[in-house]
Amino acid sequence: MSAPAAVPVLQPASPLAAPITHLTVFTLALGLAVFLAVTGATLYFSWKYRHRGARSEPPQLFGNARDEVIWMVLAALLLTLLFALAWWTMNRADPHTGQDGRPDLIVTGHQWYWEASYPRGSNPEGQGVARTANEIHIPAGRRMLVQLQSADVIHDLWVPQLGRKLDAVPGQNGRLWLQADRPGRYLGACAEFCGAQHAWMRFTVIAEPEASYRAWLARQARPAAAATGPAAQGAALLVREGCGECHTVRGLGTHGTVGPDLTHFASRATFAGGALRRTPAQVRSWLQDPQRAKPGTRMPRYPLTQEQLTQLTTYLETLK
Amino acid sequence: MTASPTRTRTRLRGAASLLASTDHKVIGLLYLALGSLYFLIGGLEALVMRVQLAAPGNAVLTGETYNAFFTLHGTTMIFLAVMPMLLGFSNYLLPLQIGARDMAFPRLNAFGFWITALGGLLLYLSLLEGPPSAGWFAYAPLSERPFSMSLGTDFWAAALIFMGTGSTLTAINLIVTTLRYRAPGMGLWMMPMFSWMAFVNSVIIVFAMPALNAALVMLEVDRALGGHNFAHGGSALLWQHYFWFFGHPEVYIMILPAWGLISEVIPVYARKPIFGYEFVAGSTLAIAVLSFAVYAHHMFAVGLSRPVNLAFAASTMLIAIPTGIKVLNWVATLWRGSIRFETPMLYALAFLVQFTLGGVTGVSFAVLPIDWQVTDTYYVVAHFHYVLMGGTLFALLSGLHHYYPKMTGRLLGDTLGKAAFWLITLGFNGVFLVQHALGLMGMPRRVYTYPDLPGWGALNRVSTVSAFVMGAGLVLVLVNLVVSRQLGRVAGDNPWRAWTLEWATSSPPPAGNFTRLPPVKSRRPLWDLAHPEDPDHRRPARHDRTHGHIRPEEQEHPR
Ligand code: HEM
Ligand SMILES: [Cu+2]
Repeated sequence: MSAPAAVPVLQPASPLAAPITHLTVFTLALGLAVFLAVTGATLYFSWKYRHRGARSEPPQLFGNARDEVIWMVLAALLLTLLFALAWWTMNRADPHTGQDGRPDLIVTGHQWYWEASYPRGSNPEGQGVARTANEIHIPAGRRMLVQLQSADVIHDLWVPQLGRKLDAVPGQNGRLWLQADRPGRYLGACAEFCGAQHAWMRFTVIAEPEASYRAWLARQARPAAAATGPAAQGAALLVREGCGECHTVRGLGTHGTVGPDLTHFASRATFAGGALRRTPAQVRSWLQDPQRAKPGTRMPRYPLTQEQLTQLTTYLETLK
Repeated sequence: MTASPTRTRTRLRGAASLLASTDHKVIGLLYLALGSLYFLIGGLEALVMRVQLAAPGNAVLTGETYNAFFTLHGTTMIFLAVMPMLLGFSNYLLPLQIGARDMAFPRLNAFGFWITALGGLLLYLSLLEGPPSAGWFAYAPLSERPFSMSLGTDFWAAALIFMGTGSTLTAINLIVTTLRYRAPGMGLWMMPMFSWMAFVNSVIIVFAMPALNAALVMLEVDRALGGHNFAHGGSALLWQHYFWFFGHPEVYIMILPAWGLISEVIPVYARKPIFGYEFVAGSTLAIAVLSFAVYAHHMFAVGLSRPVNLAFAASTMLIAIPTGIKVLNWVATLWRGSIRFETPMLYALAFLVQFTLGGVTGVSFAVLPIDWQVTDTYYVVAHFHYVLMGGTLFALLSGLHHYYPKMTGRLLGDTLGKAAFWLITLGFNGVFLVQHALGLMGMPRRVYTYPDLPGWGALNRVSTVSAFVMGAGLVLVLVNLVVSRQLGRVAGDNPWRAWTLEWATSSPPPAGNFTRLPPVKSRRPLWDLAHPEDPDHRRPARHDRTHGHIRPEEQEHPR
């Protein structure tokens, strides 16, 4: 798919983001005009009234109340205009979500990854729950109601091309709309400082045509396929080593919720909040020492032999 | 060179008397020294962070170490560099400007300083336990036990409580001094602008700092006693409300005295009184009140309800008016002046331009949906460095070059001073101008590293290189300060031909400050002394053509 936008705040891909972009451009242009006027006056006066060797003092001017009032009124008018535009834009960029509508998507911030779950019945086919991490699929053109929550500290969901950011505050359910005009991959990041690996709490929103979105959701809702050959040994190892304390692999009987759902791990292009790409080599080095790959991560290091690493990696690669 | 025992002894006694002094000038200088020391430390921390950010995927610092660095950098710069330097100027100048012998409570003054210094020590003692790393605003629950286990956070909280207490006491002292010790004839409304701003600033401090201390105690109740204020069933947002109720006024605490310095410097080098004294002074009062009414604009992204958001957006826009008025009056002070480009004036002019840019981006945050996009990105980092560094720090440097001759009796070297100015100005804008763009390009703040997206690496490299240019300029300032102490030209009482009382006494001023005070009949007693034929108090308060006492060339619209 296309390369990421260079200046995403100014390249909206959503009817929710576009009004903010227009307001930003307008406000920055206005601000630039004010800045240039003040700077211009400062430089012009400094030059024009520079000391040219006169021995007497210049005229002693103490002020002028009428000028001051004019400045204040002008400033107030400009700010009133900005306030009105801000209000108007808020209603378009962040329409009312209501409190009881059923969310299409529940996004949960964790130290340091994003969990996205699609509740049963949130999709036309009414499949079972689908859970994934860091790559959030949405149907292009359809407005999704997102419920935003946190599992630990405050995080913040931000996809500049798709609109406003919103904090994920523990103990509070945030709500916002998510919509993309057209299919594409939109980069997002956690925008509230949340600890050691705040830098690698990135994610991608993948908007695709309705049909392929549905197909994707149907695949995600299915349990993992039974493993065969060396992968089967990896699956057994996953259960035996206790990976399931934190990770869910539907179909394998593990139900952990601390770490990302691995049921369709191999359907994603990156992992660990964008820190690594999902290639066999990087998956392997992650399993070998997560603390070296992403220092501070909540995943502990397991003493695994080379053979065990191969088995686990092979198994994970089958989880399409 | 071997020091004789007697000389060593007198030196030691000199040092001891310095430490035991209750003279406001000594304490003022101690504050300035403390602030400079910590500015150096905070600056080095910044350089290390910039090295880490110079290229995507750099590994000079790990995430946790980087977080400790920016936590210490932010806390140090705010509480240990900028505030002490501003309080140093307040301490040194306010009694001199109002013609007082000392502060109202000299011992309390010394106590306030030493408790602040102790707080600084405490902050850095945290290194023994593992430094704090939750950021200078320490959002709960990240700052709570389960997520910040080390005692460093507790040291941090204790340090802030010490410093907060110190500045509150000093502020009370400044308020009482202002109200009770002004020279005969000097009404409140006649004080030099710096003293006025330092006075109003003290009022803000007295209301804001205790709020921080209370919130910190609540945090410690959670951390040390297992309380439930901000986590474990408490409210994470409650911390933000308390913190920013202090934190926003804090921003003004860090700019008011700087505005005061600028309001002293510009008139002297433009050879005119400040334009619109009443409006500059009055707008300061408006800001003092409003600064407590805008705090939730730091919380636009937490999901407050629409009416609350709108109310805080409105108050934030309102506060832009008195701020803008000040800028326009400084520019108007230049108008029809006779401008001398001495080093203090260069810093003041750079302040005007840079502070205006910081103000303009500030207004863009008040336009709420823009805040939803760019808060917590490098756009914010650029904004607050333009006001804090491009604004406050430039004002401090301006004030330092302006008042150094008063404090030491010698002038700072001119060539060195101007070279440093250009390096600092170039470097500063190089570091932070590009960060506006980085924010719009989607780079969040407080990240120890970033992916290799188009343009991110290049802009960050510009930023890092410029930081070293600025660092070189600051080193030159330091060299100048030290060298000129011995080699600078002797300044005399009033090298800049300024008009306020601090220039009426010798440089440096004697103990007790004044041997004889000139009569105070107007805002510029030394102008009156130098121009007996045209004293200020015989002029109409404001310039207009229907009243007398205006020289023909001063008429704005000559008839
Ligand atoms: C030597 C010049 C300086 C440089 C190169 C510099 C650089 C930085 C950097 C890289 C950050 C971290 C940005 C982030 O990831 O969020 C930062 C944060 C900060 N700086 Fe500076 N800075 C400088 C001077 C100052 C000054 C003079 C002040 C205050 C007067 C200041 C106040 C702050 C504050 C309040 C923060 C936020 C800290 C936090 O997020 O907790 N800085 N600075
Ligand atoms: Cu986060």
